[in-house]
Amino acid sequence: MIYLRLFLTFLMIGAVSFGGGYGMISLIRETVISNGWLTESELINFIAVSESTPGPLAVNMATFIGASQGGILGSMLATLGVVLPSFIIILLISAVLKNLLRYAGVNAFLSGVRPCVVALILATALTLALDTLLGFTSPGNGLAINGRGLIIFALLIGIRLIYKRLRGKKPSPILMIALSAGLGILLWSF
Amino acid sequence: MGKLGRLFFTFLKIGAFTFGGGYAMIALLETEFIDRKKWMTREEFLDMVAIAESTPGPVAINSATYIGYKVAGVAGAALATLAVSLPSFGIIYLISLFFERFLALEWVARAFRGIQVCVVYLILTAGLDMLKNLRRDALSLVIFFCVLAVMTAFSIFSVGFSSIFYILISGLVGLTAYSLRRLSGKGANGK
Repeated sequence: MIYLRLFLTFLMIGAVSFGGGYGMISLIRETVISNGWLTESELINFIAVSESTPGPLAVNMATFIGASQGGILGSMLATLGVVLPSFIIILLISAVLKNLLRYAGVNAFLSGVRPCVVALILATALTLALDTLLGFTSPGNGLAINGRGLIIFALLIGIRLIYKRLRGKKPSPILMIALSAGLGILLWSF
Repeated sequence: MGKLGRLFFTFLKIGAFTFGGGYAMIALLETEFIDRKKWMTREEFLDMVAIAESTPGPVAINSATYIGYKVAGVAGAALATLAVSLPSFGIIYLISLFFERFLALEWVARAFRGIQVCVVYLILTAGLDMLKNLRRDALSLVIFFCVLAVMTAFSIFSVGFSSIFYILISGLVGLTAYSLRRLSGKGANGK
């Protein structure tokens, strides 16, 4: 049953993903693709919308995927699922385990998890880049190089570098998304 | 308005106006709860950030639950969490209703081809920024490179291996390394 599956899937995602919304993306990607809920390209669209709307990325993604698979009830259950583990864990910590982070064992576990989460995010980025920019999905399938995509990608990196030099901070995601939308319309019209 | 009401509306506002996820929210929470309302001390707030970042789940939700509980107990935690999720939920649900029809427009589809490239850029730069802040000790670097290599290889050759396992294994490696260090430390002291 789709409602139960949505709830349990997002419950699991909420319970094991460290490192905030981005830390969740690799797990969300695996789950929605293996369940056949979304294609890679639909997922990327969902991430883009979730990034350009306010609120936590995780809640946005859960609501969006839930709505696409099970309407309003699906989106409510997926969102509840992703929020519930946080809620319970934090309540436990604030009420009972006040010194959880002072236990050496917990810190040792987290010291292993932190580099892993960064690697998960970068590996996901790499996989998505291969697929989106080079059209690479599996060895033997050949490449379909996305020339316009590569141009946009190079421009975004260039803009980020210039922006950081001039303003001393990173350009906001929403600015970059708006820019890419404009470039997309421009470049794919020819 | 009572404390619960103010808590609810503050988090509703924060949920509705922060772009860029949990980390962007932390700066806003700081102004709201320490500088303006003085519901928390700076020290409590820093404790909260450490906990929100080290526990699983979205940082924004973790922070809302924690602050809600500090200010008004379990009811406060529930209200704050509900309030911070509600705007997202409403906005995204509305978008999901017409998203497919919107995407069927040709110029929108073109825009999204550009946006897809941007998503790759966003995930990549988020990962690189986190890498910059990572502690550079031997254990972190070994775990980082192993997970990166194995996961990239597995995804190229379509081997199914859930991220959950990488997380658990890495946590256990951290725990084992710590135990070994302690054991060898004790051995050295005993001599």
